[in-house]
Amino acid sequence: MLDAKIPSGPLAEKWTSYKGHCKLVNPANKRSLEIIVIGTGLAGASAAASLGELGYKVKSFCFQDSPRRAHSIAAQGGINAAKNYQNDGDSVYRLFYDTIKGGDYRSREGNVYRLAEVSANIIDQCVAQGVPFAREYGGMLSNRSFGGVQVQRTFYAAGQTGQQLLIGAYQALERQVALGNVEMYARHEMLDLVKIDGKVRGIIARNLMTGKLERYFGHAVVLCSGGYGNVFYLSTNAMHSNVTAAWKAHKHGAYFANPCFTQIHPTCIPVTGDHQSKLTLMSESLRNDGRIWVPKSKDDTRKGNQIPEEERDYYLERRYPAFGNLVPRDVASRAAKERCDAGFGVGTSKQAVFLDFAAAIKRYGKKEAGKHKLPLDNEEEIIRLGKEVIKEKYGNLFDMYEKITGENPYQVPMRIYPAVHYTMGGLWVDYELMTNVQGLYALGEANYSDHGANRLGASALMQGLADGYFVIPYTIGNYLADEIRNAPIPTSHPAFEEAEKQVSDRIETLMNIKGNTSVESFHKKLGKIMWDKCGMARNAQGLQEAILEIRALREEFWKDLKIPGSITEFNPELDKAGRVADFMELGELMCLDALMRSESCGGHFREESQTSEGEALRNDAEFMFVAAWEYENGREWRMHKEVLEYEEVKPTQRSYK
Amino acid sequence: MEHYTMNLKLKIWRQANRDAKGAFRNYEVSGISSEMSFLEMIDVLNEKLIENGDDPVAFDHDCREGICGMCSMYINGRPHGPWEGTTTCQLHMRAFHDGDTIVIEPWRANSFPVIKDLVVDRSAFDRIIQAGGYISVNTGNAVDGNAIPIPKDKADASFAAAACIGCGACVAACKNSSAMLFLSAKVTHLALLPQGIPEHDSRVKDMVERMDKEGFGACSNTTACESVCPKEIKMTNIAYLNKEYLLATLNNK
Ligand SMILES: Cc1cc2nc3c(=O)[nH]c(=O)nc-3n(C[C@H](O)[C@H](O)[C@H](O)COP(=O)(O)OP(=O)(O)OC[C@H]3O[C@@H](n4cnc5c(N)ncnc54)[C@H](O)[C@@H]3O)c2cc1C
Ligand code: SF4
Ligand code: FES
Repeated sequence: MLDAKIPSGPLAEKWTSYKGHCKLVNPANKRSLEIIVIGTGLAGASAAASLGELGYKVKSFCFQDSPRRAHSIAAQGGINAAKNYQNDGDSVYRLFYDTIKGGDYRSREGNVYRLAEVSANIIDQCVAQGVPFAREYGGMLSNRSFGGVQVQRTFYAAGQTGQQLLIGAYQALERQVALGNVEMYARHEMLDLVKIDGKVRGIIARNLMTGKLERYFGHAVVLCSGGYGNVFYLSTNAMHSNVTAAWKAHKHGAYFANPCFTQIHPTCIPVTGDHQSKLTLMSESLRNDGRIWVPKSKDDTRKGNQIPEEERDYYLERRYPAFGNLVPRDVASRAAKERCDAGFGVGTSKQAVFLDFAAAIKRYGKKEAGKHKLPLDNEEEIIRLGKEVIKEKYGNLFDMYEKITGENPYQVPMRIYPAVHYTMGGLWVDYELMTNVQGLYALGEANYSDHGANRLGASALMQGLADGYFVIPYTIGNYLADEIRNAPIPTSHPAFEEAEKQVSDRIETLMNIKGNTSVESFHKKLGKIMWDKCGMARNAQGLQEAILEIRALREEFWKDLKIPGSITEFNPELDKAGRVADFMELGELMCLDALMRSESCGGHFREESQTSEGEALRNDAEFMFVAAWEYENGREWRMHKEVLEYEEVKPTQRSYK
Repeated sequence: MEHYTMNLKLKIWRQANRDAKGAFRNYEVSGISSEMSFLEMIDVLNEKLIENGDDPVAFDHDCREGICGMCSMYINGRPHGPWEGTTTCQLHMRAFHDGDTIVIEPWRANSFPVIKDLVVDRSAFDRIIQAGGYISVNTGNAVDGNAIPIPKDKADASFAAAACIGCGACVAACKNSSAMLFLSAKVTHLALLPQGIPEHDSRVKDMVERMDKEGFGACSNTTACESVCPKEIKMTNIAYLNKEYLLATLNNK
């Protein structure tokens, strides 16, 4: 039985009551307890810094050359918090409710409530660290709207919110490094866990500069290794984001929950050709001001700005009048696919829709002209003023669009299309963020806990920082309090030796395949299978085919892979090979999970389960559970169910109309 | 936008490791689309090298969105290549034409030793931050975010400095390999905010001292750094730093 260890009592008091009763570790004992933190994104950097501040001995790992470069740096639009600074009716309850509803009733009430509860502290903490959030003229913090909600609760720093938050956490981390509380291991990749007597006791890491394997002991290991969207090859994730750390944990018994729950983001720059190595997001914040449309007639080849108003179909505003362009991501993505599949797509590939700022530019221009008492009939001047406002809000995104496409989005509408962006699934964790393996925790995108079947915009940053700054510092103490008598285990212990040997054998095996096909080609092939058959729309037949195709591809991989260079040098191709090998296994599990879940919910759309209007149709009677998969032998998994019980919220069919 | 394809000659610095002697090697790539990013062009080359049993070119990259600061190529004599305010990964091939020769080197600075080919070790930057590039506030110590009003122009100016991605192009462009633009961006980011004031004397002194220890050179105001910075960090930050530094030394005689 899966025990989520949710504290008893009323929802709003659970976390307070937990904090009042969990075990504590006294300062002297903290100094002799060692914690390994994998990852330096928002979750990892905030966790490592906070645990270091508490006095634990922390070792922090990342595979980039500096902790500041973790994938979180790329987050654009913002971070949510229930501050109600706008006086527009926001509250902890409303943020909790929006998140549960946005997730299509597939997440756990207790965890989500806590997330909403600590959200306000995150903003305070970041401001104290010097994160330069956007501000109003009066000096107060500014907010914007994000999809799926009707209040303004998103804090931001232009289109670089992730960067500013991560720099804040990174600086806190470097301060702990300087104080000697954290040891930093950059360009190191965790390649296995070490388990002794049922508890996690350390890791095997590879020094990516020299290729050497190294052993590290920890009383606990905290995985903050990010999401696995790159299983699709093309995604908005950084090139090196991968599942390896989580997958090794899975192979050591940690359950993988809801692996098929993938978020496809509606507004990304479309694919241009086979050379494409990644996709670039255009932040959801753009939907505050941008209007999405396609031409009313098929195969319209005119430029966007030459198509008259009455020949445009603003299909989101038409289908979802209540939320309009700000419907949640899953809904917006499917609607774009529907229009393109029906032949209304734009651009050379016809796999794109317009995101248009002309109306917003005029609106802001008029407002500015009014403010400065300028004439309202000077069209040119109004457009100039409006462009300035847009530039201040989204300048870096517009620049990025222009650099990539060569088109000026201040003049012509952007062309956008959905792309893989985020993975709601991840390692199963309980209320304390511990996996089902003793002493092994998962934080941030690496766990599955808070977003159900669809994540709302600006909530991943909130979750990563909530987990790292405000949850793990309490919950890990509850476990470590019982570890104070256990001295560090020397890494000469046979369990370390054995783990290192296995890692080393696997690397040798990969190197010795000496086939003809590069890692990149295999990754592309895997991505294509996943996108075609386990992407925006899924059906039983496609998923069954995908499983067979992935198995065949995996076999070919282990027979025909070609890795240049050697093991004991800086060798990015070898690093990538290990990661793609793990993706090949994960892909199969994702398809299996998608096949099992024959309902549609959130980002998981099973074609067999839709309403007459083409909306996702949930099946609460059969699927109101978290699917937590146990690894058996690489071809078979055993499913455990965590039944979701809603005490506070009444699940209804989600409607944004 | 008209797209085109091109054939290119590449002259790339190859160096097996930190201690090896490096040299340029010549390569050719064909059928490169103007829609590709610069790194996608290198991907094409590397796939070809792997196919032929050669060693692919090692280079740093991750986000490919101009924000992580990992990519770092010295292209045709300029860090990050010909486009202003652009990282290597955001540079696109429409900047080049059929038949062009492109010369690609790593960042060259004593404080950034080469790890392999175009990959260098920039950990000195992290150590400069460790010396004081933060506000000393433990988790849980914060007051309400709006309890500290910050004038919008101050917040905006602080943000503009905080936009530095730590790529090191400023160092690579400078004939003295000075890290002043990077350092001043951090000092300015923090010193402009009320939260940063209590530590501003010690911060600037400790960070400058660390920078010197790491072997970065002195700033002689050539402005090379500013002109190549992909995030358009301004030289005015260096003036601000100098002022802060002077005040700090006067205060703590
Ligand atoms: C383009 C983009 C924009 C986004 N914008 C927003 C936004 O506006 N708002 C929002 O809320 N969310 C946004 N998101 C989502 C959000 O950025 C991520 O979900 C979040 O940053 C993940 O943080 P993390 O700390 O869990 O992991 P990451 O930031 O992915 O960090 C993972 C870390 O783990 C390390 N690592 C992984 N494996 C290993 C290993 N085996 N060994 C050693 N180290 C390892 C890496 O080096 C890295 O340091 C965006 C995502 C993308 C792609
Ligand atoms: S100042 Fe500019 S060039 Fe220097 S590290 Fe920062 S972003 Fe790069
Ligand atoms: S790869 Fe991240 S900035 Fe270029």
